[in-house]
Amino acid sequence: MSIEVLSVKDLSFRYNSTEVLSGVSFSLKSGDYLAIVGPNGSGKTTLIKTVLGFFEPSAGSVSLFGSSPSRFNNWEKIGYLPQKLASLNPNFPATVKEIVALGLLSKKGFPKKISLSDQEAIDYALSLMDIIHIKDEFIGELSGGQQQRALIAKALVSEPELLILDEPTTALDPEGRERFFETLQILNNQKNLTIIIITHDIGTIGRYASRLLYLDKKVIFYGGFDDFCISKEMTDYFGEFSQHIICHRHDYGHA
Amino acid sequence: MDMHDLFTHGFIQRALITGFFIAILCSTLGVFLVLRNLSLIGDGLAHVTFGGVAIGLFFQSYPLYVALPIVMLSSLGILKLKEKAGIFGDTAIGIISSLGIATGIIIASIAGGLNIDIFSYLFGNILAINTGEMTVSIILSIGLMALIYILYQELVYISFDEDSARVSGIKVDRINTIICLMTALAVVLAMKAVGILLVTSLLILPAVTALQIARSFRMTLIISNIAGIFSVISGIIVSFFINLPAGATIVLINFIFFIFAFLYKNMVRSSVR
Repeated sequence: MSIEVLSVKDLSFRYNSTEVLSGVSFSLKSGDYLAIVGPNGSGKTTLIKTVLGFFEPSAGSVSLFGSSPSRFNNWEKIGYLPQKLASLNPNFPATVKEIVALGLLSKKGFPKKISLSDQEAIDYALSLMDIIHIKDEFIGELSGGQQQRALIAKALVSEPELLILDEPTTALDPEGRERFFETLQILNNQKNLTIIIITHDIGTIGRYASRLLYLDKKVIFYGGFDDFCISKEMTDYFGEFSQHIICHRHDYGHA
Repeated sequence: MDMHDLFTHGFIQRALITGFFIAILCSTLGVFLVLRNLSLIGDGLAHVTFGGVAIGLFFQSYPLYVALPIVMLSSLGILKLKEKAGIFGDTAIGIISSLGIATGIIIASIAGGLNIDIFSYLFGNILAINTGEMTVSIILSIGLMALIYILYQELVYISFDEDSARVSGIKVDRINTIICLMTALAVVLAMKAVGILLVTSLLILPAVTALQIARSFRMTLIISNIAGIFSVISGIIVSFFINLPAGATIVLINFIFFIFAFLYKNMVRSSVR
C-alpha cells in the first residue's frame, strides 16, 4: 500500500520583499519518482529547503511523513544531497568512508557514535556508487565526480525512504550519469524508494522519473511525465525541438 | 640551573600543568573553528576580553570573572549577528571585536591608572598563574573536552556541511551556540597563558599544522593536540632558560611547527608528482 510521503499545499515563500515561491502544491506517495525542473532562480532549491524546514513558509503548509517539518524527527527516513558541491572544503581532513559514515548519524541516539558494525552499511553505499576502491582516499583530493558520488553514498547510507537530490549529476561524466540514474531506478523499483531530484538534465531524467514538476516561482506543470510530453506547457516552455529530444528519449526509455 | 631544578619550582609546575590542559582544549577546538572559517572568532573574543578585563579592573573585581560572562555574551552576539542580521561571520566578529577594544580603551582612559595591570593581560604571563587559576583551568578544560567528546560526531558533521547535518536531525543552531560559548571560555582561559594579543595563535596554529599532514579527522585532532601541548611545554621551558616572554615564545614555537608541517606537505606533494 502506498503511503503519503510528502504533501505541499499552497506553499508560498518570500525573501524580504521578493516572492520566491507562490502557491505551490503537490504531493508524493511512496515509490514516486519526481523530477523538479525549471530555469535558474525559479525557486527549486528554496522549495526543497522549505520542505525540509530550513525556511518557514510565508503561507501554506508542508506535511513530511504526516508531520510538519518543525515537528518532524524521523530524519533517518530522509537522504539529502545539497546543491553546493563547489563549496566543499578541499582541505577537509576526512576519508571517503568517514564522510559516508556521517550519513548514519540520523539513525543514532545520543551520544551519536559510529560503530564497527556500521561498516557493512557504509561498504554497501560505497558499492552502490561504485567508489568502494577509493574509500580510504581523502575527500578533498578526489575529482568532482568522485566527490559527488561520495556525497550521494552519504545520502543513501541510512537506507532512507525519501531521497532528495539537488542537482546530483553536475560533476558526473555521461557514463557516470547513466550508471547513477540506473542505480536510482533500481532503488526506486526494488526498495520502493521515493525520489525527488532537481535537475536541468531533463533529457535524461525523462527516461527515469515518473512525475515532473515544472517550477517557475509557481507550478507551471505538475503531473506524469507522459502527460507533460503532450501538454501545452511542454511546447510553450521547451519548443518543438526540445520536445522531440525529451519525449523521444522518454519513449525509448520505457520501451 | 638544570632541567631537574626547573621542575622543582612551584610556579613552573603550575605553568606546565595549566599550559597542558589549555593547549589540549585550544588545539582541539581550533580544528573545528578553522574548518568552519571561524578562525578569527578567537581574535575577536580576545579583544572583547580586553574590554572585560578593563571593566573588572575599573570596578576592582577579579578581571577574569568579569571578562568571562562578557565574552560569553559577545560570542552569542557574533552568532546572532551572523544568523539573524545576515551579516558575514568575519564582519560580525569585526563589529563585536572593535566594540570590545573601544570599551577597554575608554575605561582605561577614564581610570587613568589601569595601564600596568592591563599590560599584564595583553601580553599574558603563564609563569604567574596561581593555584586557584590552575584549578579553574583544569576543571573547565576537562569539562569542555568531555563536551567535545560527547558531541564529536555532530561537530564533525556540522564542520563538513551544515545543511546535510540539519537533515540528519542535528540541532545545528544549538551546536553552533555551544561552539561559540566553548570558544569564549577557551579564550578567557588562554588569555593568562599567552595574553590577549596572542590568544588566537593557540587556537589556530596547532590546527593548521595538523591540517597540513593528517590523513583522517581523528589524526588531525591528535596531531593538533601534540603540536599544541609540545609548543606550550617547550615554550615555557625555553622562555625560562633564555629569559624570553613565555607567551610569545610559545607562539613562535607553534609557528615553527607549522612551517615544518607545511614544508613536509609540499615535499610529499612534489615527490608524488
